[in-house]
Amino acid sequence: MNPVLVVLLRILAALGLMLANGVVLIYMLRKVLGHMHLRLGPMHVGPHGILQTTMDVLKLLTKEDITPRGVDRALYFIAPAAVFVPSFAAYAAIPFSDSWSITSLDTGLLFTLAALSLVPIGILMAGWASANKWSLLGGMRAAAQQIAYEVPLLLSLLPVVMFAGTLNLGDIVRAQSGLWFGFVPRWFIAFPLFWPAFLLFVIASLVELNQTPFDMSEAESELVAGFASEYSAMKFGLIFLSEFSNQFIVSALGVTLFFGGWMIPWVPESVVAPIAPVVFMLKVYTGIFVMMWIRGTFPRVRIDQLMQLGWKWLIPASLALILVTGVVLKVAQATQGVTG
Amino acid sequence: MTDPRDIVSGVGMLSEGTHFVGEPPAGIRRVPTGVDGLSTEHLVINMGPQHPSTHGVLRLLIEVDGEEVVAVEVTLGYLHRGIEKLAEHRRYDQLGTLMDRGDYVSGMHGEQAVALAVERLMEIEIPRKAAWIRTMVAELTRIASHLVWFGTFGLDTGAMGQFLYAMRDREAAVEILEAISGARMMFNYIRPGGVVDDLPAGIDQKILAFCDGFETYLDEHHALLGGNEIFQGRVRGIGVIDRDTALAFALTGPNLRASGLGFDLRRDRPYDAYPELEFDIPVGTTGDSWDRYMVRMEEMRQANRMVRQCIEGMPDGDFKAKVPRVLRPPEGEIYAATESSRGETGVHIVSDGSDTPYRFHYRSGSLHAMQALEEILPGHLLADVVMIVGSTDVMLGEVDR
Repeated sequence: MNPVLVVLLRILAALGLMLANGVVLIYMLRKVLGHMHLRLGPMHVGPHGILQTTMDVLKLLTKEDITPRGVDRALYFIAPAAVFVPSFAAYAAIPFSDSWSITSLDTGLLFTLAALSLVPIGILMAGWASANKWSLLGGMRAAAQQIAYEVPLLLSLLPVVMFAGTLNLGDIVRAQSGLWFGFVPRWFIAFPLFWPAFLLFVIASLVELNQTPFDMSEAESELVAGFASEYSAMKFGLIFLSEFSNQFIVSALGVTLFFGGWMIPWVPESVVAPIAPVVFMLKVYTGIFVMMWIRGTFPRVRIDQLMQLGWKWLIPASLALILVTGVVLKVAQATQGVTG
Repeated sequence: MTDPRDIVSGVGMLSEGTHFVGEPPAGIRRVPTGVDGLSTEHLVINMGPQHPSTHGVLRLLIEVDGEEVVAVEVTLGYLHRGIEKLAEHRRYDQLGTLMDRGDYVSGMHGEQAVALAVERLMEIEIPRKAAWIRTMVAELTRIASHLVWFGTFGLDTGAMGQFLYAMRDREAAVEILEAISGARMMFNYIRPGGVVDDLPAGIDQKILAFCDGFETYLDEHHALLGGNEIFQGRVRGIGVIDRDTALAFALTGPNLRASGLGFDLRRDRPYDAYPELEFDIPVGTTGDSWDRYMVRMEEMRQANRMVRQCIEGMPDGDFKAKVPRVLRPPEGEIYAATESSRGETGVHIVSDGSDTPYRFHYRSGSLHAMQALEEILPGHLLADVVMIVGSTDVMLGEVDR
């Protein structure tokens, strides 16, 4: 087949996945939060409201697109795209199975994180261009918190990279195959050295995602809807979609780096291979469920508390963790001749 | 340096438009930082009346330096219905309906205040059972009202679950009140001379079941919200109202008691069945948002205790004294107050001997709490504004009336 066509098809597949993911996640969010809140969530459109989000997407597509007076028109139009494109790009390196990924990058981890870190630029743009003070505050908060947490997010993943010896996401998963002592899966999460790293990753990624308890940039009880206040119709839809897609990406990163990607422990690779993408998706959605669980339960922290946590605790902790990992690796190599 | 409040009350701040391009409008000064010649300016934000967490239609003009509040101006009147003027054209037995619409979340306390005032003016002695029923419904209303506060306070912190859990319990309380009075919020149940109707048959079992369940639920609520580290970090030491400030602004109710002053009308100027009941009055120490939270949580527990005592000790007898169909209190004036969920709810009635009051004044706790906001909000972050407003539990229905 024409290689250009293959690339195009893969991009289209990623786009389809992203859109479908958005629709599914919104439905899931409504249902999960609903049941946690002693409600039922959507119930009317289709059985158990299963078509509700589809209808909502149709509604967003057909709604009038309002541009408020006084906005910076150019930036106001670019911002949703600037939010959407990076989170779309982040799908490129995610390995859904041994052979399924849009592209296999040797710097996959770096690329994904770099793509995610472009999102706040769009958010800041949206906040600034909206000519609304609440939006502006939301945009500023987003910028501040994402800059502060970019660092610990990356640092918290370095121990894994040091251990696996590669930045290629697929290879990181492959490094987790097999069993320790015959029964413990060789997932990195099973190794106590990585528990603090995983904790740091969870906190930093929740901040990156603007998720409760760190959803300061659109804190609805403080900033109305933050940077998205002035957006309507599909512009709002794009911002929304990118948010859910980022959840997927971060959860996928967590699964890839700590939970053995597409693999099932104790089951031979050849058996898992046909259903590997399904296994991967199930793991990712479990991760997203945990995020929604947190969202349904936790109050929100304050921006200064968040900054203190980031600069004073998470960054030093992740640096210390890298040092410890380095020492452990060296000692292990020296004593057992084990290479990472 | 000028007092920042002078700036806020300066000329036509908001009519100038809300987005400053170029020179700021009169009254807003540029603040030179001086380090590298950059200057920053304060931003005036209009919070409300259509803001998700202003508990109705409160409007705050907030001047912020970055995210730090420099000055606040509270604007009110968006829910003004002229209750005091309307009352001059209502017969005395109709005043309760107006009071229900004042503080619409704890209507019974307003009705009770009117009933007490008229009874004292006309020297009506109400039957013992009437007093006990009144006390019981008042305390049930307190539980229902505090649960609304608890839920919305949870919403203010960003925790949505608490609101719905609180509503579940409130629903049970409101259903009992509905069974007793026929209405969920606008009760019009307490009238001069007693109450409208006797308790329905079998309601005492329902109420006791509610009391049993609520004790457990209250612990759960407290564990879920108050036990959360993040929540404590948000409220401890925030929005401190010290004793002097509380007195200066004439705060009453839970807001005053959180500041360390144990003044409670139910104990200090007792009415209805309160002298016969056993209850404790929770008092705070520092007057921060956490103390206000704790005081209200404990008040719910005490209210629950009182409801149980009322049911267990409910006397027999009439539920209403013999009062004339049209009430014509003698010439004179009277002030009567009840301890409502938000402080002292008092009515001052001037009677000219006719069947309508000559002048009717309604005193509410929220109005005073709201005025204190201008004093306590500056110096906090924007995110704290929401929390502090939530912790004082202002009810715009009784602020504007």
